[in-house]
Amino acid sequence: MDRRRFLAGAAVATMVTTVLPCGPASATPEAMAAAIAKVVGNAPVREGRVSLDLPPLVENGNTVPLVVSVESPMTEADYIKAIHVFNEKNPQPDVFSVRLGPRNGRAVVGTRIKLGDSQKIVAIAETSGGQFWSASADVIVTLAACLEEAT
Amino acid sequence: MVNVLINAPKTAKRGSIVEIKALILHPMETGFRPGANGRIIPRNIIERFTATWNGTGIFDMEMSPAIAANPFVSFFAVANESGTIGLRWTGDEGFVVEERIGIAVE
Amino acid sequence: MTFVRGVLCLVIVLASSWAVAQGTADKGGADTRRSGYQDMGEALQKMQADDTANPGMLFVQLGGQLWGKAAGAAGKSCADCHGGVASMKGVAARYPAIPKGSDSPVDLEGRIDLCRTANQQADRLPSGSRELLALEAYVAHQSRGLPVSPPDDPRLAPFRAHGKDLWQARQGQLNLSCANCHDDNAGRKLAGVTIPQAHPTGYPIYRLEWQTLGSLKRRLRNCLVGIRAEPYAYDAPDYVMLELFLMDRARGMPLESPAVRP
Ligand code: HEC
Ligand code: HEC
Repeated sequence: MDRRRFLAGAAVATMVTTVLPCGPASATPEAMAAAIAKVVGNAPVREGRVSLDLPPLVENGNTVPLVVSVESPMTEADYIKAIHVFNEKNPQPDVFSVRLGPRNGRAVVGTRIKLGDSQKIVAIAETSGGQFWSASADVIVTLAACLEEAT
Repeated sequence: MVNVLINAPKTAKRGSIVEIKALILHPMETGFRPGANGRIIPRNIIERFTATWNGTGIFDMEMSPAIAANPFVSFFAVANESGTIGLRWTGDEGFVVEERIGIAVE
Repeated sequence: MTFVRGVLCLVIVLASSWAVAQGTADKGGADTRRSGYQDMGEALQKMQADDTANPGMLFVQLGGQLWGKAAGAAGKSCADCHGGVASMKGVAARYPAIPKGSDSPVDLEGRIDLCRTANQQADRLPSGSRELLALEAYVAHQSRGLPVSPPDDPRLAPFRAHGKDLWQARQGQLNLSCANCHDDNAGRKLAGVTIPQAHPTGYPIYRLEWQTLGSLKRRLRNCLVGIRAEPYAYDAPDYVMLELFLMDRARGMPLESPAVRP
């Protein structure tokens, strides 16, 4: 490693440090816990049956593909009636909620979300019998290097 | 101008499960970002996305500012009868978009 | 807080540039060129490859609607003169080019602008406007999968040479050239972001950072701002010259428009 390359490395690093955006005030793990409590009340939430599919390393937090799938027969007698997704560090803890029923056949929903920073995402599914199941994922968000000029 | 891309099969076997995917042009402005003048850009998001099959509700999604711009949603439905799938997006600033597609079930 | 994070970044970047051996293209051997597509993770590759999920396709659809819409004093639509959009197959692969009766090159956006002003006799669509990008995406989409094929027009040579000079010139407060990053350090990480080889194969692109579709010009402006250089004026010929150089450098690589990029 010669000195010139070292300096170029330093210059490149400076470029990165100068463009780091600073986000607005964010939700907290406590805010997320409160949002979850609003949905589940005092009912116990068990881990399992839910899978939360997110890229482990996110190249840009503006658009993060996410799929929640819940194991369920989706029959009149036994189905998933809602899926809720929460995050810990965006300005608000709620991401989305969907209402489902036997007509869906599969308890699977896909969308794309914004993540301001690396954080934990939680998905909670509610069964027709009133039970709650959950899954969580830790996501690492990298920040874009070359941003827009401020105009 | 139609600003929605919907993808679902045109035909399906009775009782089979079909996937419905929809993309819509929308900024999903969070209401937390400062604009060029330093002032917060007002929130402008889609709050709700619903789907019906021949008029019966089959899917209902409540969105937040954390849904990415130009929202994409995919979900499933049991194909029980031929007819119309209706999709509806509503949100801030009186935003309403409705689209329908046909599906033949045999 | 931001300061602390910045210092951490600095340390990480230096450590990694220390550790990674210099791995650039082996000269005269296999083709080591990579599209930015190949530097993306699986999730984003899937988003680009699936037309029912690629948000750029919203703009292609919009372009299709505009294609048939009459505009300007001539009262003509693109379709009135060009017929079906299939006539645009391969066009995006050979721009920038010199239009008939002119002696300087225009890029695809500039060519559409010519049709808009001269043939439709309509007002210019502003660079970066949704309409212009949508038309460009609709036209470029017809060349998806086709190899980049710059025209054999000797008049282009001096413009391309100037583009190459721009590519190699150090500039901005960081005193970096495009080549410093995209030739010498491509494939390395810049604080978690892989530095791509900067092939212009996907434009217009749906860039997640922008949350919308954008042009190559916008992308180039972002890199100029990144090295803290004053971006060229919006209508400066420098962009077209850089594009000429970049398209030649990507000769033979398949077009991907509308590509997705982080
Ligand atoms: C009044 C007729 C007319 C209209 C309307 C018109 N064009 Fe053109 N277009 C032309 C002519 C003539 C050329 C030049 C062909 C040549 O150079 O041989 C051209 C060339 C082009 C080219 C370059 C083709 C190539 O092979 O290099 C593109 C791209 C294009 N037009 C796009 C558009 C779009 C998009 C619209 C609508 C916004 C449009 N045109 C409207 C007449 C028209
Ligand atoms: C400090 C390193 C650096 C310099 C110098 C730099 N870029 Fe970039 N460039 C990047 C990075 C990193 C990306 C990837 C996107 C991002 O910012 O996240 C990129 C992306 C690009 C792309 C998009 C490639 C694609 O796949 O779509 C092009 C084109 C490009 N740069 C051209 C240029 C040009 C032209 C210059 C000189 C004016 C330049 N860059 C200078 C770091 C740099």
